[in-house]
Amino acid sequence: MSTLMMSRRHALGGVFALGLAATLAACGGSRPGAGGRANAWALTGGPEQTFRDSFDRWNAAHADQQIATEYFANDAYKEKIRTAVGAGNAPTLLYNWAGGTLLDYVNNGQVIDLTEVTAAAQDRIIPSILEVGKVDGKVYALPNNNAQPVLLYYSKPVFEKVGATVPTTWDEVMALIPVLKEAGYIPFAEAGASQWPYLMWIQYLTDRIGGPEAFNAVVAGEAGAWSHPAFAEALTKIQDMVKAGGLGDSYGSVDADSGADIALIHTGRAAMLLQGSWVYANFLKDAPDFMAADSLGYATFPAVTGGAGDASNITGNPANYWSVSAGDEAAQKIVIAYLNEELHNDSYVKALVDGGTIPPSRDAEAVIRASEHADYLSFGYDLVKNAGNFQMSWDQALPSAQAQELLTNLSQVFLLQQTPEEFVQKMNAALA
Amino acid sequence: MSSVGSVEERGRLSTGPSPWIAAPALLFFGVFALVPLIGVFVLSFMSWDGLGGLSFVGLDNWKAMLSNDVTQHGILLTLGMTLLCWLIQTPISLLLGVFMAGNERYRNVQAILYFLPLLFSATAVGIAFNALLDPNFGMSRAFGLDLLSQDFLGNPTLAFYTVMFVIAWCFVPFHSLLYQGAARQIPVSINEAAMIDGANRWQTFWRITLPQLRNTIVTSSTLMIVGSLTYFDLIFVMTAGGPGNATRVLALDMYLTGFRSYNMGGAAVLGVLLVVVGLTISYLLNKLSGSSKMESTMEGAN
Repeated sequence: MSTLMMSRRHALGGVFALGLAATLAACGGSRPGAGGRANAWALTGGPEQTFRDSFDRWNAAHADQQIATEYFANDAYKEKIRTAVGAGNAPTLLYNWAGGTLLDYVNNGQVIDLTEVTAAAQDRIIPSILEVGKVDGKVYALPNNNAQPVLLYYSKPVFEKVGATVPTTWDEVMALIPVLKEAGYIPFAEAGASQWPYLMWIQYLTDRIGGPEAFNAVVAGEAGAWSHPAFAEALTKIQDMVKAGGLGDSYGSVDADSGADIALIHTGRAAMLLQGSWVYANFLKDAPDFMAADSLGYATFPAVTGGAGDASNITGNPANYWSVSAGDEAAQKIVIAYLNEELHNDSYVKALVDGGTIPPSRDAEAVIRASEHADYLSFGYDLVKNAGNFQMSWDQALPSAQAQELLTNLSQVFLLQQTPEEFVQKMNAALA
Repeated sequence: MSSVGSVEERGRLSTGPSPWIAAPALLFFGVFALVPLIGVFVLSFMSWDGLGGLSFVGLDNWKAMLSNDVTQHGILLTLGMTLLCWLIQTPISLLLGVFMAGNERYRNVQAILYFLPLLFSATAVGIAFNALLDPNFGMSRAFGLDLLSQDFLGNPTLAFYTVMFVIAWCFVPFHSLLYQGAARQIPVSINEAAMIDGANRWQTFWRITLPQLRNTIVTSSTLMIVGSLTYFDLIFVMTAGGPGNATRVLALDMYLTGFRSYNMGGAAVLGVLLVVVGLTISYLLNKLSGSSKMESTMEGAN
């Protein structure tokens, strides 16, 4: 789930042994933010326009406190920012995903404590989403775009054709699979080539079976944390679903960045899709006719009978975040003033809602109700607001090395190349 | 080089350009090749996540990487890919190149078509093949052929061979071009003499063309083998090492270890491994083929 709405494709000439070293050696360059001028790096795509409008408003009103902005593609940014922070060349406003990387930045003293200085901005944010930006109870990051819970999407025409209702328990899911297969549909569209969509299944199933505690122990780095029975049980359920044909037979090469998973839904070949809330905006763009006919349904992830987890718990990306990098204090003052004045003010929230995305802001009901996507957005907004727990995507919550190990092993479980027991064993080893 | 002893040679050297003319090139080589190379070697004994400070960990990275089953799998995959790439590409390039060296009509037109893949960047090729091979929306749908609806890049076994096929598609034109050039250098008189002696086309190919192409075969093989050790871009675009670990060759493993797992020390170990293996193979190739003497088959050249 590391990559949201952005393209994963970026041209890479090839990294050879020498290139690796050259890249590492070449992180020099001018220091941004010098001379009291603040800067911000953000991502292209998604709510890019919200950022642009907000910075334009700020810069127009504050001639002496300008913030320069640069926009990057998702993957290119992720690789660039790490080097920039490591070399002390980070932008004043540091776009991040909270979780494991934020912890690294905090531990290395590369971002500053925002608890006191951004109180005004914090007041406008849903507490559970603000919580994600805290380290040891102190605020180091503030959500800067939309909340991204993972939802179960379905094709209303397909469900009508087979006369099915939306599954509310895992048993109903398993019962529905043969019915849909019989009728010639792929039960679930799954973008296996992108790997991160696999995470959504294990995140939800583990939570429904064992509650948030199971994964919290992993994040805390407790030895043998992956041995919690909820993980193996979730993986067994996943493999049962795969063996039953729940994902069709070619999910391994379906790519989320090219929109191949949502295309399976809007071309009528697959019935359901477990994906982040951002796909709604992608559906609007890729399949306006399908959306105009009100063909896209959405629901929460089914409960698992006998499971310990609360069915109101959600997983996904709470949001993306702004942190303020250490160093230039004049530049820090500018961006802190910006955060207090601009972040999730009325125009900001309206821009997020107009783009068909869920604002992580308090008291956004009125704006949402006035929007043309009111039904969908209030469904998502209420879900986020009332969630018992909002579990951040595991690949973001964990340190990078473990996250990579997780993605690789999980995809081998989905491809039936690895048993749940082997997965548990390998992931426990990666904890050490 | 071995003929420095002759008087003429010595005379020519002393009146030739000063050896300092090579200084800028050597400087660049030192700064941009040797220094980073030493840097990578040193880094392979350090622990660094790209953010904080570096700490010396001795052989820990080496032990960890070499005992890691992903790396071991990557090494086998890389060697397998290198061997298979050579076995697939060499005969095709050789035959295509020799065929294209002829003078019959339309060969130039065909040559243009054959060499077309050379014009495309690996990224473009990767994205195009991904689209073509898509089991749901690719060729299989366009042509309605079930045979084409395999999950080419999603099935771990198929993905490996599919990637190999696309690599061959990309690189065969380049090697054909080498062979075409070399085949055109073969003096016509040798072929004519063989024809007068009653040799047929096949015999001419085996007895004359192939031996004359020996040096080109060595060059092409070295490029191919050392190149396939570092195949990265195409695989990165097509599968990113997946599904699972099915196409995670060493060069890709190095990238993912360094820039996704932020284990720079581990990535440096893989980098050093690649350098050592690459240098060893190219040295051995030169040695075994006897071309280390760098002699030419052409008359008059030194």
